Amino acid sequence: MRRNVQETSNTHTPNNFIFPKTPTGVEGLDEITEGGFPKGRPTLICGGPGCGKTLLSMQFLIKGITDFDEPGVFMSFEEPTADLSLNVKSLGFDLEQLKADKKLVVDYVRVERSEIEEAGEYDLDGLFIRLGYAIDTINAKRVVLDTLEALFSGLDNQGILRAELRRLFHWLKEKGVTAIITGERGESTLTRQGLEEYVSDCVILLDHRVIEQVSTRRLRIVKYRGSTHGTNEYPFLIDEDGISVLPITSLKLDNEVSSDIVSPGIPGLNDMFNGGGFYRGSSILVSGTAGTAKTTVACYFAHEQCLKKERTVYFAFEESPQQLVRNMRSISIDLEPHIKDGYLQIHSSRPSLNGLELHLLTLRKIIKEFKPTTVIIDPISNLINVGSEQEVRSMLVRLIDMLKVNNITALFTSLNKQTENFRPDLAEESVSSLVDTWITVRDMEGLGERNRGIYIVKSRGMGHSNQVREFIITAKGIELLDIELGPNGILTGAARQSNELQRKMDEMKLERELSRKDREIARKRKVLEANIEALRNEFESAEEELSLLRATEELQEQLAGENNKSIKKD
Amino acid sequence: MAEWQLLLYIAGQTPKSIKALSNIKKYAEEHLTGKYSIEIIDLLKNPQLAEGDQILAVPTLVRKFPEPMRKIIGDLSNEERVLVGLNIKPGN
Repeated sequence: MRRNVQETSNTHTPNNFIFPKTPTGVEGLDEITEGGFPKGRPTLICGGPGCGKTLLSMQFLIKGITDFDEPGVFMSFEEPTADLSLNVKSLGFDLEQLKADKKLVVDYVRVERSEIEEAGEYDLDGLFIRLGYAIDTINAKRVVLDTLEALFSGLDNQGILRAELRRLFHWLKEKGVTAIITGERGESTLTRQGLEEYVSDCVILLDHRVIEQVSTRRLRIVKYRGSTHGTNEYPFLIDEDGISVLPITSLKLDNEVSSDIVSPGIPGLNDMFNGGGFYRGSSILVSGTAGTAKTTVACYFAHEQCLKKERTVYFAFEESPQQLVRNMRSISIDLEPHIKDGYLQIHSSRPSLNGLELHLLTLRKIIKEFKPTTVIIDPISNLINVGSEQEVRSMLVRLIDMLKVNNITALFTSLNKQTENFRPDLAEESVSSLVDTWITVRDMEGLGERNRGIYIVKSRGMGHSNQVREFIITAKGIELLDIELGPNGILTGAARQSNELQRKMDEMKLERELSRKDREIARKRKVLEANIEALRNEFESAEEELSLLRATEELQEQLAGENNKSIKKD
Repeated sequence: MAEWQLLLYIAGQTPKSIKALSNIKKYAEEHLTGKYSIEIIDLLKNPQLAEGDQILAVPTLVRKFPEPMRKIIGDLSNEERVLVGLNIKPGN
């Protein structure tokens, strides 16, 4: 990573002189060489037998003609013209047509020791003239000499040969053609005859290695005078379209980001993210042990994306497409219509079919052709078994970066080893720092049963729920259950059910108690009210008695007064 | 038609080509008197002819006839090798 940053800063210095380069037209190679081979200079391509030297050079010439309108000369010292035409025809290159169009000259130089007797001083002007003539007739800009070393087996006088080769490379430079010279790899030197001594501008080494029965072709730029370049070994692929190289330097962590949200498609899971889902173009890891419904989660996402008319590629490393479709149908996810409508592609293969790099290249090709917005890899941990830890890591970086550059939302599933601790194993460790969102599905065992829980470990740039949500998978699909809080935390399964029951009983009890209290109060009120009535009655009768007394008294006073009056009269 | 048809490919009047021509004339006069012909092809003038006879080095002497075709490269200063190469003298 650090190196990449360095390179980035180098290429962006203000006084940047652009070294003149000739684009190769080979996919990926121009990115590594930052524009192609040095223009007007010879480039040496060396490597062991069968590593693709001739093909790479031929592709350079043909792409020069078809893509950049630069005619080319192919001088072959090994294969007769007819053989060469036939060999590259399988890759879709029609040499005969190009020759007829005066865009290509193929000259087979036969060097047969048995036919040649050396008698005295000579030089290779014949070769120069032939080459010069070929270049001039079609005004060629590109030249390939494949393989010059054949001269060494045909001619005895090494002294002359070496001097002449030196002259040849000078002459090529003067001609201003961009040349490729191929050379067979030597024991301790890059080429058997030390051609690298003469061609010192750009040297590319091709390699073909078999590690644990998986073969990988690699390309490395040994030197490139006057230019920065990727220094790593880059894997390359030869398929029906020729050579493609997988660069990593083009990835500089400056991809555009999107604030669009894509939904995971599982009701309830959306709500665990504050934003309602994943950011478009982010990478999502769904990890979990065996049987925790990772594939189901992945298929839900694929289904959701397809419904929204997003092109989706599903790489299944465990199941065949038919099997996947059948299995998902059992939980009401029907992927078949999406396949028919062309929104979904399912690619199934065994991870061990190819080296890691080839998987990556396949992926790259599919991305180029199908232009998906969503990629699902199920599971990514299977790929990890193919290579060594280091390889895996670098491959994953490239994979994820590649997806990011293309703004593709990617979901990986990863199978964890069944361990007690929470900590991730290699698969997760390699991926976790690279992904933006990490969802874990896990078993929650206890009380003689197994339940599934889902939680979000991280979600870059988005708040998320901290809860472990239990989910069940029924014929209708995934259902996230509401949180059931027990005295010791969140409850699942049977514990959840018994807790629910307990809670209901408690509620009923409480209700009953409440109504009993209500009734008691009512009774008390009645008693009280009765008491009040009695008191009031008592008071009323007292009052009545009092007024009766008062009336009696008044009557007596009246009577007494009347008596007094009658006495005075008397 | 001469019994021995020889072609000498050269690239301009270089010291090597002049030497080669005088050498082959000398050997031919000596060993193939009256039954040979020598044609000189200057590749600078006729570069398209280089491909046909698979000319790589100059000077190159080609024995067109009698068949099979033989090629001897160099200024032909090594008489022994020239004669063996042209099959005038059996090699050892």
